[in-house]
Amino acid sequence: MLLCGLSIFAIVLLILSELMLRSGMAWHKFGFKFFFQQGIPDRYSGQMNYWDPVNGAFSALPFVYGTLVSSLLSLLISVPLAVGLAIFLTEMCPRFLRGPLAFITELLAAIPSIIYGLWAVFVLVPLLREYVNPALSKYLGWTGLFADTNPTGLGYVAAAVILAVMILPIISSLTREVMTAVPHSQREAVLALGATRWEMIRTGVLRNARIGIVGAVILGLGRALGETMAVTMVIGNTPAISKSLLANGSSMASVIANEFAEAVSDVHRSALIEIGLALFVVTIIVNALARFLVWMVTRGAPARVH
Amino acid sequence: MATSASSFRSKYRAATDHVVTGLAILATVLVVVPLVAIFVYLLLKGASSLNLDFFIKNPVPEGESGGGMANAIVGSGVLLGIASLIGIPIGIGAGIYLAEYGRGTKLANAVRFTADVLNGVPSIVMGLAAYSLIVIPQHHFSAFSGGVALGIMMIPTVARTTEEMLLMVPNMIREAALGLGLSNWRSVLSITVKTASPGIITGCMLAFARVAGETAPLIFTALGNAFWSVNPNREIEALPLQIWVYATGPYEDQHRLAWAGALVLIVLIVLAVSLVRYVTSRGVLKGAS
Amino acid sequence: MGVGIEVTNLNAWYGTNHTLQDITLNIPANHATALIGPSGCGKSTFVRCLNRMHETNPIARVTGTVRIGDMDIYSDAAPVEIRRRVGMVFQRPNPFPTMSIYDNVAAGLKLNGYKNKRSLDEIVERSLKNSALWDEVKDDLKSKSGASLSGGQQQRLCIARALAVDPEVLLMDEPASALDPVSTSKIEDLIFQLKSQYTIVIVTHNMQQAARVAEKTGFFLNGRMVEFDSTHKIFTNPSDKRTEDYITGRFG
Repeated sequence: MLLCGLSIFAIVLLILSELMLRSGMAWHKFGFKFFFQQGIPDRYSGQMNYWDPVNGAFSALPFVYGTLVSSLLSLLISVPLAVGLAIFLTEMCPRFLRGPLAFITELLAAIPSIIYGLWAVFVLVPLLREYVNPALSKYLGWTGLFADTNPTGLGYVAAAVILAVMILPIISSLTREVMTAVPHSQREAVLALGATRWEMIRTGVLRNARIGIVGAVILGLGRALGETMAVTMVIGNTPAISKSLLANGSSMASVIANEFAEAVSDVHRSALIEIGLALFVVTIIVNALARFLVWMVTRGAPARVH
Repeated sequence: MATSASSFRSKYRAATDHVVTGLAILATVLVVVPLVAIFVYLLLKGASSLNLDFFIKNPVPEGESGGGMANAIVGSGVLLGIASLIGIPIGIGAGIYLAEYGRGTKLANAVRFTADVLNGVPSIVMGLAAYSLIVIPQHHFSAFSGGVALGIMMIPTVARTTEEMLLMVPNMIREAALGLGLSNWRSVLSITVKTASPGIITGCMLAFARVAGETAPLIFTALGNAFWSVNPNREIEALPLQIWVYATGPYEDQHRLAWAGALVLIVLIVLAVSLVRYVTSRGVLKGAS
Repeated sequence: MGVGIEVTNLNAWYGTNHTLQDITLNIPANHATALIGPSGCGKSTFVRCLNRMHETNPIARVTGTVRIGDMDIYSDAAPVEIRRRVGMVFQRPNPFPTMSIYDNVAAGLKLNGYKNKRSLDEIVERSLKNSALWDEVKDDLKSKSGASLSGGQQQRLCIARALAVDPEVLLMDEPASALDPVSTSKIEDLIFQLKSQYTIVIVTHNMQQAARVAEKTGFFLNGRMVEFDSTHKIFTNPSDKRTEDYITGRFG
């Protein structure tokens, strides 16, 4: 039994060492600047060439950019909704609704990425292409963030929306968990001072649970950073850096999914593994931080696995 | 306290309360309605695409109509079999350690923490690890390497649900077992685990259902295979891989098969999640005691 | 200043459980009234009906009338207003752990929109003096959190928090049951001092405590009020046999 427990450490170490070993070639060749170096201007078009394995251009910058942009944008969409849902479920919801709503969110957290991707390709992307993106471009185009030059409907926004749908149940159920962990006596203390329900939630619940809620959001971020299939299916898979959120892009996970099985050279494969290694290290740190923050609030009661 | 000021203040507070309540309800509607819509859409689309051919026929060449995913279903079965052989024993062992032997120790806390962190590692990274661990030394893709990747992913889920289920077993039962003069080790195994077994089994099912839909770790381990294969040492097709290929392809008939495949995966997930919920909420454990 | 409380035909339920049955009594202003009885007799439910905290539980229900001063609390005003006028101290100290001592005391005032810093400072100081905590915490009002105090200090902090909004009635639900004897006696001294300014209702399972601090005592049993009289009468010459059995320790 102890051995089984220890095997979990072994797995983490094994993954780390394997990825380090196999990405050694890329490390030697490109060093740390792999993740932030500029591309090489194309001889004919003048466009930046960040990633062209056939011609030896290797910069992970567009993938780092795509991952960050799509993940942060998805947090922007999902966090207010997730916290709102959690507040409704823990503090306002009539009893008979609580069970079914919790069940639905639990279920949706378990639906595989590929199925969200499937839905996104056939429903979300056409919807964005026909209605949402033109509207964004018309009314917010002046910001430069929504210049609509992309007729496909794919891109950062599509990736962010599907990511938001996917991480929402996770953030919401964990937020609910930390809110439930706040002792009832705190709520009563605020109510007894003559607080309205919202003041009770703000002062008695959110204030006490805030660290854990930050943890839940960070955990959602961790999921978004590493999410592969759904993003791969809608982000457009172009190794470019665009200011417009409606443009095609690429993420760290999507480039691995797309290119690894058909890598053109050992350097190419090694570079992709290095991206995977970065993803591994970052998600380990992000998850550890998130778990620690949630644990600060729920201490004692073991966190449920969802 | 001046009355007019305080009555203005209390109206303002009541209004804020209503606005926030409205916002929370709005958020709930904005979340639940689209999510339910997605779900129902998947069910309808899947149901209208599913037929017997899906289960018994192999894929046909691109552009032709008809065909099924028989090879992918069997392939997923082989992959999940390998994954379960690895993930379930280790996961249950780790769970028993967490709940019964190491309870409260620093080491157990570290194991639990690491398991939770491992649970958050992107699945594509698991695929890379299995690739470099098995595919590179063997010089070929294989069902086995895909199964290992999935198996590793099962461990944290199985371990944590097993722990949770064991913690639900009342201490009375442990004491009763010890009181019968059983040694600690035997009493734990024979009584506690047996009492918690319905929960542990459903926990394994949940882990199984979850990795059944995993695609990313299979892309460069199991690779996919257009033909019938059950050989763990060769490339093999899997349901989610096939969905991916079909969904991103141009053919209407393939899209239909992708929806049907999605429905099969969803049914699996719904069953597992409902069972877990039933076991944890209805206290099947208590009934067993 | 405190006001009197008139309770008429009060009934309360938790789900199908009829926890309070036909309670009628008058609680005098500016006195301490103790409620005693075995656990589960309804005395805590009773005080929670006096500031409408009972109904925060979704399965709870109340009928009957409660008048506090000139206000019928179940028809004239919103719970929010009532709870501002009726302060409450709970069994276990529940200071806000993420707030400083100062902010704990000022919490109720801030809800009501108090922003004037000087008057806030004054009220916080007065409340802490009134709860006999000032001397112990005046040096780290804003640097220490409410949770860093000892149990007895925390409970006095909660009393200060309740006093800061200047209530007319102070409800105390077994305020000393989680405290050590020294802290308990400090709380009792405090009740003694406060009862000239506030109407105090204190639930206790400790009969000596009731005898020490209260002028009036009510005895509850199985959701009914068996007897309500001057404390002296209840403890020396109760009119009901069940009261006598309880105070002489024959049950409960």
